[in-house]
Amino acid sequence: MSVVFKPHETFRDDFTYRNSPQAIRRFPVPFAEDEYMYSVNIEPHTRGAPGSVLEFAFDIDEHYVAECRERALVLEAEPLRYQALPHMMSAQWDCLELIMESLARDYPQHFTLERQGNRWRWINEPLALDQAFVFGDPGSLPREPLDFITRQAQGDFVVMDQREGDLWTEAGMVTTPADWSLDFDIGMTFKEWHGPVPLAHELGVFDRALKFLLNLRLGQPVRRLNWTMTINPRLDTAPEKYPMWGPDRTRINLQNAGDLVHLRVELQGLWRLPRSNAVLFGIRCYLISLRELATVPKWARRVHRALKGLHPALVDYKGLSRYRDTVVAWLAPFDDGTPTTPGAGPD
Amino acid sequence: MSEQQTLAVEVSAVEQITPLIKHFTLSRIGGGNLPAFSGGSHIVVVMRAGAHSDAGRGNTRVHRNPYSLLSSPHRLDVYEIGVRRMEESRGGSHFMHDQVDVGTHLEIAHPVNLFALDKIARKHVLIAGGIGITPFLAQLEDLHHGRVPYELHYCVRSPEHAAFLPRLREREGDRIRMYYDSEGHAVDYDGLLSSQPLGTHVYVCGPAGMINHAADTARRWGWPDSHIHWEQFSAPPVGDAFDVFLARSNLRVHVPHDQSLMESIEGAGVEIPYLCRGGVCGFCQTKVLAVEGEIVHNDHFLSDADRGKYIMPCVSRARCKRLVLDL
Repeated sequence: MSVVFKPHETFRDDFTYRNSPQAIRRFPVPFAEDEYMYSVNIEPHTRGAPGSVLEFAFDIDEHYVAECRERALVLEAEPLRYQALPHMMSAQWDCLELIMESLARDYPQHFTLERQGNRWRWINEPLALDQAFVFGDPGSLPREPLDFITRQAQGDFVVMDQREGDLWTEAGMVTTPADWSLDFDIGMTFKEWHGPVPLAHELGVFDRALKFLLNLRLGQPVRRLNWTMTINPRLDTAPEKYPMWGPDRTRINLQNAGDLVHLRVELQGLWRLPRSNAVLFGIRCYLISLRELATVPKWARRVHRALKGLHPALVDYKGLSRYRDTVVAWLAPFDDGTPTTPGAGPD
Repeated sequence: MSEQQTLAVEVSAVEQITPLIKHFTLSRIGGGNLPAFSGGSHIVVVMRAGAHSDAGRGNTRVHRNPYSLLSSPHRLDVYEIGVRRMEESRGGSHFMHDQVDVGTHLEIAHPVNLFALDKIARKHVLIAGGIGITPFLAQLEDLHHGRVPYELHYCVRSPEHAAFLPRLREREGDRIRMYYDSEGHAVDYDGLLSSQPLGTHVYVCGPAGMINHAADTARRWGWPDSHIHWEQFSAPPVGDAFDVFLARSNLRVHVPHDQSLMESIEGAGVEIPYLCRGGVCGFCQTKVLAVEGEIVHNDHFLSDADRGKYIMPCVSRARCKRLVLDL
């Protein structure tokens, strides 16, 4: 089935981004229970239910064309949002192959990959691109392979080299970050990169996650969900742009919270890459306003309860301190105390 | 994590290349490419010795042995492995040597790399002993095309044991330094490891004694541990038979003298997650709930502190009256 794109919506200035009723129903709400705490919530990234965001390796949705345009705008102003260290070239080709193969297989109506030995041709119909190139020859593409392909994919991408029993953040395309910077983090080890996360280090989450990821297997990718909140449907909440979005958090009140406050969910996927032995980390970002979320009664109750009981350190780390109480108050009328059904899906 | 998916392959060529080593070429059944991999990767070959098992046992005996891929990572129509016949074998290498021929079907797990070249090394020094040459054959394909200098030191008993030497000579020429025990050659580890430029990484694959000596020498000359790499898949040693109780499964399992703990547990229908089956990766680490007697640790993974609490069932055994595992 073809995805119907909304090419003109925006993630800045007038913020015309909205979710269709179908997009709301498939939204990946990250709360499987009424209480939320960190865990190593990693599961195999296997094929999910038809139509869900988990159906395919890389989810393409109605926001695809608009999101690619937003990425191009960010890169135009700040080219360092894409970076790759020189030894990551084989990993770049691994990523290009993985993403092209997946999109062509899963969305044949939108993407085509033709291969004859090392001579490849890639056709991206929604973005009107048709590129012939030689796999393995960077000179045959208009940009570096990772840059080229991730400009045509939704979500951020980080590539980690594996050596010395650690994972090193050494390439990436990051234009939709939840307040973190590739330019700042490039070259860091796994735990250095995750240094600012509270509580999780003490819980041993990163020790276990690193050990698990070092043994990540080819052909057996994994995924997890993470979340925070963002004011306006703004994809690019990079620290470099803090003055542009930070003050928004002071303007939230009971009247505007439903439209301005968005639940921001990251579907994080991790793949072992074959030729480079590196690990690809995909961070696919989904945004939904409280008003859209509350159209599903179970979710309004669930999110209300999860936010109300959220650990203070997490409220602070996720940047919710100034408006969490307002959000809880906005959601309260939707929560009559009825128990929620198991799992995160809508009723 | 569940039992890993396997790929069905067919043996497309077999060659006895030294008195002890056979060279196997594997192709995908029905044709097509095998998954891409990086130099230094191994596969686990699943051998079902059903037709040839002891009549008394009445069930299929399954061997799962890790073998390094020696074929070029740039060529994916086949995988190549080298198998040395082990004297004290639980049967895996004997099965490969005696019962596998052109046309035999085997299952293999996806490649896993626990012995990768460091991508930011300024120079690579590769030291192989005997069958330990195999991971380097695949890595040399990448090194040969790259700009980072490297050298290869290859030690064997005698010229007739020098597996894959014609292939190496053809590609690498005089870059290979050969050492024959029969001629009294020996690697001058002190000389080699005291004269390398900063940023050099050393990789050793061979018998345990060779690895230990090379690593100890490197450390003595001040090499950081992060620049010393080695891989040795321990074949699970044979030993006394013993019984194990799996607490969570509520199951008693007998481990015969010629079978590994992991194989016996798998034979009883309990799967343990694994990557290397050679005591290297740490994936099968299992908690010991009780032991009356002694655990015989044969792995290269557990720290001394952890050896009181855990066991790696792929290679380790016990000499005990009672062993209870958290499985």
